[in-house]
Amino acid sequence: MKSMAIGLKQVRLRRLNLEPYILLLPSMVYLALFFAWPMFQAFRLAFQTDDGHLTLSYLQRMFGDAAFIKALRTTIVLVVSIVPIQFILALTMAILVSERLRGADLFVYIYSIPLAVSDLAAGIIWFSIFTERGYLNSLLYNLGLIQKPFLFLDYRTPWPIVGIVLAEVWRATSIVFVILVAGLQSIPRDYIEAAEIFGANWFQRVWKVILPLLRPSIQTALILRTILAVQVFAVVVAVAGRGVTVLAAEAYRWYSEYRSPHMAAAYAMFILVISLASAFIYLRTLRVREEMRL
Amino acid sequence: MRRLAPPPRLVGRGTMYLMALLIALWILIPIYLITMAAFSPKDVIYSWPKSLMPQSFSLETLLFFLNAYGVLASVRNSVIVALLTLALSLVVGAPAGYALARFIFRGKDVYRLMILSTRAFPIVILSIPLAVAFIRWNLYDTVISVALVHTAMALPTTILVTSSVFIGVSKELEEAAMVLGCNRLQAFTKVALPLALPGLAASAIFTFVLSWNEVFAATILTLYNRTLPAHLFVQLAASPLPFRFAGGFFILVPAIVFMFFVRRYLFNLWGITLK
Amino acid sequence: MAEIRLKGVRKTFGKVVAVQDVDLTVHDREFVVLLGPSGCGKTTLLRCIAGLEQVDKGRVFIGEQDVTDLPPRRRQIAMVFQNYAVFPHLTVFENIAFGLRMQRKPDSEIEMRVKAAAELLHIEELLKRYPAQLSGGQRQRVAVARAIAVQPQVLLMDEPLSNLDALLRLEMRAELKRLLREIQSTTLYVTHDQVEALSLGDRIAVMRDGQIIQYDTPLNIYDKPADVFVGGFIGNPPMNFIEGQVRVEDDKVKVLTSGGEIEPTPEDGAILRKLKDNRVLIGIRAENIEALPTSAPDALEATVLVVEPLGSHNLLTMQVGDERIKVTTRADFKVQTGQHLWLRLKADKIRWMDKASGRALYA
Ligand SMILES: Nc1ncnc2c1ncn2[C@@H]1O[C@H](COP(=O)(O)OP(=O)(O)OP(=O)(O)O)[C@@H](O)[C@H]1O
Ligand SMILES: [Mg+2]
Repeated sequence: MKSMAIGLKQVRLRRLNLEPYILLLPSMVYLALFFAWPMFQAFRLAFQTDDGHLTLSYLQRMFGDAAFIKALRTTIVLVVSIVPIQFILALTMAILVSERLRGADLFVYIYSIPLAVSDLAAGIIWFSIFTERGYLNSLLYNLGLIQKPFLFLDYRTPWPIVGIVLAEVWRATSIVFVILVAGLQSIPRDYIEAAEIFGANWFQRVWKVILPLLRPSIQTALILRTILAVQVFAVVVAVAGRGVTVLAAEAYRWYSEYRSPHMAAAYAMFILVISLASAFIYLRTLRVREEMRL
Repeated sequence: MRRLAPPPRLVGRGTMYLMALLIALWILIPIYLITMAAFSPKDVIYSWPKSLMPQSFSLETLLFFLNAYGVLASVRNSVIVALLTLALSLVVGAPAGYALARFIFRGKDVYRLMILSTRAFPIVILSIPLAVAFIRWNLYDTVISVALVHTAMALPTTILVTSSVFIGVSKELEEAAMVLGCNRLQAFTKVALPLALPGLAASAIFTFVLSWNEVFAATILTLYNRTLPAHLFVQLAASPLPFRFAGGFFILVPAIVFMFFVRRYLFNLWGITLK
Repeated sequence: MAEIRLKGVRKTFGKVVAVQDVDLTVHDREFVVLLGPSGCGKTTLLRCIAGLEQVDKGRVFIGEQDVTDLPPRRRQIAMVFQNYAVFPHLTVFENIAFGLRMQRKPDSEIEMRVKAAAELLHIEELLKRYPAQLSGGQRQRVAVARAIAVQPQVLLMDEPLSNLDALLRLEMRAELKRLLREIQSTTLYVTHDQVEALSLGDRIAVMRDGQIIQYDTPLNIYDKPADVFVGGFIGNPPMNFIEGQVRVEDDKVKVLTSGGEIEPTPEDGAILRKLKDNRVLIGIRAENIEALPTSAPDALEATVLVVEPLGSHNLLTMQVGDERIKVTTRADFKVQTGQHLWLRLKADKIRWMDKASGRALYA
C-alpha cells in the first residue's frame, strides 16, 4: 500500500514537471526586459510626449520630413533590388555546391566567409573599390576605358545605390546560401531520384520537386533578409557617406544628432511596421501547408 | 556535399565549375583588395592609378590606425562587450535550449514560435528606448549596456542553436548515465555537456562575431566608451583613407578567423527554418 | 521488347563491394524476384539498373539498347522505392500522375490512368489527400500506383509490400501478379519474404554478398539449391544438412553419418564415387524424411527433442547421432518428446553438397 502511494505521488510529480519551465524562465525574463519592454517603450516614445499626452505629432513630423521620403524611397529601392538578386545568386551557389564538384567543401567555406563580415567592414571594402581613386577606377584606367577617375559615389548619380547593392549582395548572400544549403540537405535524396526515374529533366526536378520542398527554407531566408535589408545602415553610410540616406540612418540621426528620441522612435516604429508587413506577406504567399509536411 | 541531380547536358560540369569559381572570386577579390590596402604604405593608398597587384609591404597603415586616438581603447571595449555577450547569452540561453531539446511540455510550441518570431522584429528598434532607459539607470555609455542589447539580439539564435545541439546528443546517453548511478545534474555535466561542448563553442563564437560586428546599437548606446565598429563609424566621415581601410581590415580579420573554426557547424547554426 | 541484361556489373562504395560482377538477364515480360539477406546489394543492383548509381564496371542493357550511360529518365523505367519517396508536396493524385505529366500526356488520359491505378491499389478515396495524411502502407500503395500508372517497359520494385499487414499483403500479391500480366512490364522485384518470392516470381535470383548465387525457377530453387546457403535461406524450415563420409565398398557407395549409413541412388553414387575429398553434406528437406515408429533396415535411429504441432502437420526436431534435424510428419502422427523413431531419407530427394565448398554436387 505504502509503496503504491509513493508511486502515485511520483507519477503526479512527474506530470507537473517544473524543470523545463525553470530552465526557460531566465530567457523569458531576459527577453521580456530587453526585448518586449523596449518594443513597448518605442511605441510610447513614438506616440507620447514627455509629459504623457498621446500624440501623432511625431509621426506627422516624420511624414512631413523631406528626408523621410528620400530615405523611404532609397530603402525600398535597396530592398527590392538586393533581396531578389541575393536569392537567385544564393540558389545558384547552393545548387552548385550540391553538385559534388571537386572541392565543393572549399567552395562552401569560401561562400560562407561573408557571413562573418560586418556591414561596416563590407561598406568600407566597397568604398575602397568605388571611391574616386579606388580600385574600380584604377582598373578602368589601366584598361584604357577612362582618362580620369569617374565619380561613382556622386550622390546625384544612381551609382552610390549600385555600390550599396553590390556591397550588400556581396556581404549578405551567404546567409541565404547557408539556409538554402541546409534546406537542400534535408530533402531526402529519394524524392529527387524518384522524379528522375519518372522522367523529370534537370529543370523540372528543380522546379517541381526541389523548390517546393525547399519552401520553408526559402521563406525563412526571405523573411530574414528582407527584415535586415529594411534596416540597412552602416553599409550605406560607409559606401555613400551622407549623400544617400535610409530609414535606419534617419533614426540614428534623429537620436544622435538632433537629440530627439521621439522622432527616432517614430522612425523605428515605421521600420517595424514595414518589417512585420513584409514578413506577413511572405508567410502568406509562401505558406507551407501543414499537410504537405512529411 | 550531396549531389542534387546530375546536371543537364547543356550545362556541362565544366560550366558549373567555372561558375563556382567565378562566384568564389567575386567573394575573395574584395577581401584581397582590402588586405592589400591595409598592408600598403600610405603613399600607395593615395596614389593614382592604383595597382591591383601588391606593390610594397608595410605595417605603416595598420600601425597608424592602431595608434590613432581611441582605437586601442575601443578594441578593448569591443572584446569585453563581445565576451560579456557571449557569456550572458550562453548562461541565459543554453538552459532554455536544453529544455526545448529534452522536454515535452505545455506551451513549448508557443515558446518556440515566440523565439522564432523575434527574428521578424528589427533590432534597430531596441536601441533607442533602451538608450533612454539606460540614461535613467546610469548604465548609459558603459560596455554593460551594449552587451545587454547584444545579448537580446543574440539570445533567440543561441536558444535555437543550443537546442539543436542538445537534440544531437542522444537522450539515451544521459538516461544510461542515470541508470548507472548519476543524478540528473551529473548526467548532464558528465555526459551531455562534454558531447555538446563543440556545438556550444561554435554557437558562442558566432555570438562573439555578432557582437564584434554590431554598429547601430553600439553607436547609439555609447558616447566615449565606444566599441571598435562604433568608434570607426563615427570617425568615418572625418578620417583619412588609410585609417578607414586599416579599420575595415581590422574588423574583418577576427571574423574570418572565427568563421574558419565554426565552419563545420554552419548549417546547424543557420539551417533553422520557421517551422 | 524490353529485356533487362546485366553484364559484369560491379558497384563499390569505397571498400564495400555492394554488387560484384553480376550477370543477369530478365526476359521480356518476365517477373524476376531478387531475394537475399539484408545488405546483400539488392537495392544497389536495382539502382544500377535504374541509373541512379553509375556502375564501376560492366554494362546494362534494356531491350536492345545499352543504357549504361543514359540518365534514369531516358531508360523508360519505373521504380518503387524501398522507402516510397512519395512527394510530400503533391496530392496522391498528383503523385500518381507525376510520370504521366512528365510525358506530357493529355489531362483526360492522365485522369483515366491515375484512377485506374488507384483503383487497383484500393486508394481511390485517398486521391485528394497529401502523403502526410496517409499511413505507411497507404503511402507504399501510392508509390506502387505511381509506378504502374506510367505502364513502363521495365518495372523495378524494392520491397513494395513490406509495410502492409499480412492480409492486405496476401491480397495485393495476387492483385500484383494479375496486374503485371496485364501491363506486360518486365519486372524485377526485391523482397525479403520467401513466400512472396516463391509465389510471385517466374524466376528467382538469390543474392549474397553482392553476387547472384542461383538464378532459377522457384521450384528448382526450392528443390535443388545451388549451395548450402540457398538451401538454408529458402524454405521454412530450412533444409537439413547432415555431415557424412563417402565409403566405397566393393561396388557399393555408402555414406557414413554419425547416426548411421545412407545409401545414395545409383546416379548420385556415381558422382560421389569420383570425389577426391570424401566428406560431404547431405541436404534434405524436412518433408522428404519419413518418420517410422519402428526400426527399418535403411533408416536412422533418432530421438524426438521437440514437437511442434502446426495444424496441417507436425514439425519435429530430432537428434540423429551428433546432428539435429527437422522432420515433418502428418498431423495425426502420435509422438512424444524423448521417443525413439526411425528416419528414412528419400534417396532421390537428397541433395549432396561438397563439405568444403558448400556447393551442390549435381551431375
Ligand atoms: N550510398 C552508399 N554508400 C556506402 N555504402 C553503401 C551505400 N549504399 C549501399 N551501401 C552498402 O552496400 C551494401 C549493399 O546495400 P543495399 O542497400 O544494396 O542492400 P540491400 O540488399 O538492399 O539490403 P536491405 O534488404 O536491407 O534493403 C551494404 O553493405 C551497404 O552498407
Ligand atoms: Mg534494400
